[in-house]
Amino acid sequence: MKKAKTLGFIIALAAFIGGWQLGTNLNDTPQITSSVGGASYGGGGQADRINTALPERTAAGQTIKVNPGDSIQAAVEIAQPGDTIQVMPGVYSETVYIDKDDIHLVGVIEAGERATLDGLGKLNDAILYSGNNILIANFKITRYKGNGIMSQAGNNFEIRNNIIIDTGIYGIFPQLGVNGVIEHNIVSGIADAAIYVGMSDNIHVAHNEVFDSVAGIEIENSRHAIVENNYTHNNSGGILAFITPGLPIKTTYDVIIRNNFILDNNIPNFAAPGSTVAGIPSGTGILVMAADDVIIEGNIIVNHKVAGILINDHGNAPGLTLDPDVDPNADRVMILDNVMHNNGYDTIDEVRAFALTELHTGDIDIFQIGPSEESCIINRHRYNHVGLGDFAECGFTNTHSTHSYLLAGGAKPRVIDPEERGEIAYMGICAGCHAYDDVLIGPSIRDIQAMYAGNVAGIVSYINAPFKVRAEYPEMPAQNYLDAETQLAVADYLLNIPLEQSQP
Amino acid sequence: MALLLSTVSRTNLIKQVYPLLLLGALVFCGAAASEEPAPITLSPDCPASFLRSENNQCLLRNLYQLYDSLGDHGIGGLKTALPAHRDGFSPQQIDLGRLLFFDPLLSADQSVSCASCHNPSQGFSDGLGRSLGIHGQLGTRSAPSLWNSAFIKEFFWDARAQSLEEQALSPLFSPQEMGNSPSQLLSNLQAVEAYPKLFKQAFPDTENLNLDQIATALAAFQSSLISLNSRYDQYAHGYAEALNPQEIEGLNIFRSFVARCSQCHMPPLFTNQQIAVIGTPEPEGMPRDIGAEKTFDSPLLKGGFKVPSLRNIAETAPYMHSGRFETLREVAQFYSDGRGHAVPQGEDLLLHWHISEPDLSSHELDRLVDFMRTLSDSSLLPSIPQSVPSGLKTMSEKNHEKS
Repeated sequence: MKKAKTLGFIIALAAFIGGWQLGTNLNDTPQITSSVGGASYGGGGQADRINTALPERTAAGQTIKVNPGDSIQAAVEIAQPGDTIQVMPGVYSETVYIDKDDIHLVGVIEAGERATLDGLGKLNDAILYSGNNILIANFKITRYKGNGIMSQAGNNFEIRNNIIIDTGIYGIFPQLGVNGVIEHNIVSGIADAAIYVGMSDNIHVAHNEVFDSVAGIEIENSRHAIVENNYTHNNSGGILAFITPGLPIKTTYDVIIRNNFILDNNIPNFAAPGSTVAGIPSGTGILVMAADDVIIEGNIIVNHKVAGILINDHGNAPGLTLDPDVDPNADRVMILDNVMHNNGYDTIDEVRAFALTELHTGDIDIFQIGPSEESCIINRHRYNHVGLGDFAECGFTNTHSTHSYLLAGGAKPRVIDPEERGEIAYMGICAGCHAYDDVLIGPSIRDIQAMYAGNVAGIVSYINAPFKVRAEYPEMPAQNYLDAETQLAVADYLLNIPLEQSQP
Repeated sequence: MALLLSTVSRTNLIKQVYPLLLLGALVFCGAAASEEPAPITLSPDCPASFLRSENNQCLLRNLYQLYDSLGDHGIGGLKTALPAHRDGFSPQQIDLGRLLFFDPLLSADQSVSCASCHNPSQGFSDGLGRSLGIHGQLGTRSAPSLWNSAFIKEFFWDARAQSLEEQALSPLFSPQEMGNSPSQLLSNLQAVEAYPKLFKQAFPDTENLNLDQIATALAAFQSSLISLNSRYDQYAHGYAEALNPQEIEGLNIFRSFVARCSQCHMPPLFTNQQIAVIGTPEPEGMPRDIGAEKTFDSPLLKGGFKVPSLRNIAETAPYMHSGRFETLREVAQFYSDGRGHAVPQGEDLLLHWHISEPDLSSHELDRLVDFMRTLSDSSLLPSIPQSVPSGLKTMSEKNHEKS
């Protein structure tokens, strides 16, 4: 803490001198830039409109209907990729997990009544998935202890039109996924973040209402995210983009926060001790910590005690661990036109003290502390600001050319040709017991090749349901856990195995 | 000197096939001993799961290579690629590493080998809370399992080594562990008739037996210890029946945000390879081990240790960096009992943010243990040398005599 304060003082001094020079060198007319038209941010992303993160269904699929009294999980277990599960209105108390691809789990709303997942204050999470191409829509989720909807991996997902109330730690928490949409959800009463995008890429968070939570929307250790057109109010902090040190993925960059209503985020911070969001000062509209290339544009940010926008490095944040692999500074922060009013009117001591070093008293719309390279702003005259002495004028006025960071057609699965697939499965599994010429635990591949003479189907059949062929060998364990494609590939591979690769 | 290198080519003991062989010392009798003394030749074949390339490198193949991972970080969910790994050693280097690994000649008084603390029949650990060095010295930390070390980026509990080679030499010369010196080690190896010849086979382009070769050979052998065919893996590849309902319930508790186990023990390796300060107690009478504070010279990491992989975790009791907990159930209970409950008052530890208050039920703790047990797989256990070039008794022979 002492180090952070010293650093803060040095920065304050630099900013003070910088501001003083600016004040003496320029005349008093502020630089006003029209953001109607003008250059657009050239940071990549899709200029075209992309409305979905879901690729085309992998199969025609069936619709499975779940009625009250039935188990949603039972439907998931019989579902095949391409299927849609429709859950009829009613109350369901279970944890639903989806460890397969291309399943659409959709609540049916009748006369305003939703399919409701009720954790009764006992169950851990409502819905968790690991598969790709998952849609979760139209549910009401309440009273879970862990998360409402969470994933661990899972690319190309959509989480739409859910109402999530009082569900523990996170309302919606996709983690380690690529290409996802979180839209039109209403999330409230969450002890950490209502919507938390963790260690993910290419995410679109739009048209959600989040309130009565510690953090409204959080983009953490993630890249290429857009947070737009959301209504975030009455949280401790409205919208956050930051890096948590100590996680295995070390960066946050290319985050656009635009056109959100960010109002009255002043409720007391009730996060668990030690959690990262416990450090958010209650009364923060937008927090940017250590994240790079964050653009803040077109938001209405009103009525926040501490600040409308708070930008800081790790050195000025309490309670964080050391991570030598993380760049602790928030570089290339870009603040375009926003409407800000009545922020920083009752701020915390640390902010007030630093503001005083710039001889600033009164409201604070934007507060920046810590090193921040190549950051910029337009129309700074609109805001009460502290710590922006090093912020240049941006060379652009809008992000119109970046409609989305979603991937056209979705994130593609790895393409493996059959021979490679066969080799991987053979070496990874079969070679533990079979060698080409030698007898290990099972007979030699040469013997098997002679016996099956190119009969791939025969091998597939055998490895699915092995039976004892020769008394001198133990019975082979079934390899039926391999999918059909891999079974076929490995059967073909081992019947045609090249001699020089025949090991061990 | 009687040299009886195993001629049995890489007998891999499949758990399902020979379950009895996995019980303790019996493992070492699993490979039928050759009648004739073997020629002093290193195996030209790569271990199972490794493909030999045209330039005589062993290249790992496993089913997780069918998948991708976000940013190639090797963390995620079920069908997620593994982290980058070490491979490309020659079969001869791996086989030489195997002989060195089991040879007590590597220690100062020729009493312990690598395998003494990294015993294949105990998950490549030793069943002790704190490991024993030469002269029966009690160390301060638990011997970590070597399974899947090909995927690990930093070594030792405190993450102080950056490569398998760097790691491999350290215990040889640590006075508390094997107590050797570089010069004695080299002269001892040169004094054994077979070793210079074996080193020449493994390193044909180098003139003299040297420390780098020892490190490379040990790293090569360690990187060949692959465990990726557990029942969990079968589930992950899409076979739902591989786990029973209790185990699946355990998986869901493991990855739930109440228990949060998978937030650090991330699939598919079941570690995120980061440092975490979790505040486990030391054994009675042992002062707090500062762990990664020393490595990184930062009190923020006081009591911080590497997140270990949970693969084969059921085989490596007792648990935590100094073995305070005897069972997986006790470990689960520790996490459930809440943030900092075992940190003495007044001690300043910056506990990891995921150390929370899960307050799991007894039923849930049992299911977590059920799930962790599904991560076991020793199907690619390497063959244990019947004897080692030095002629010294190997641990397996000693064990055999005891039994």
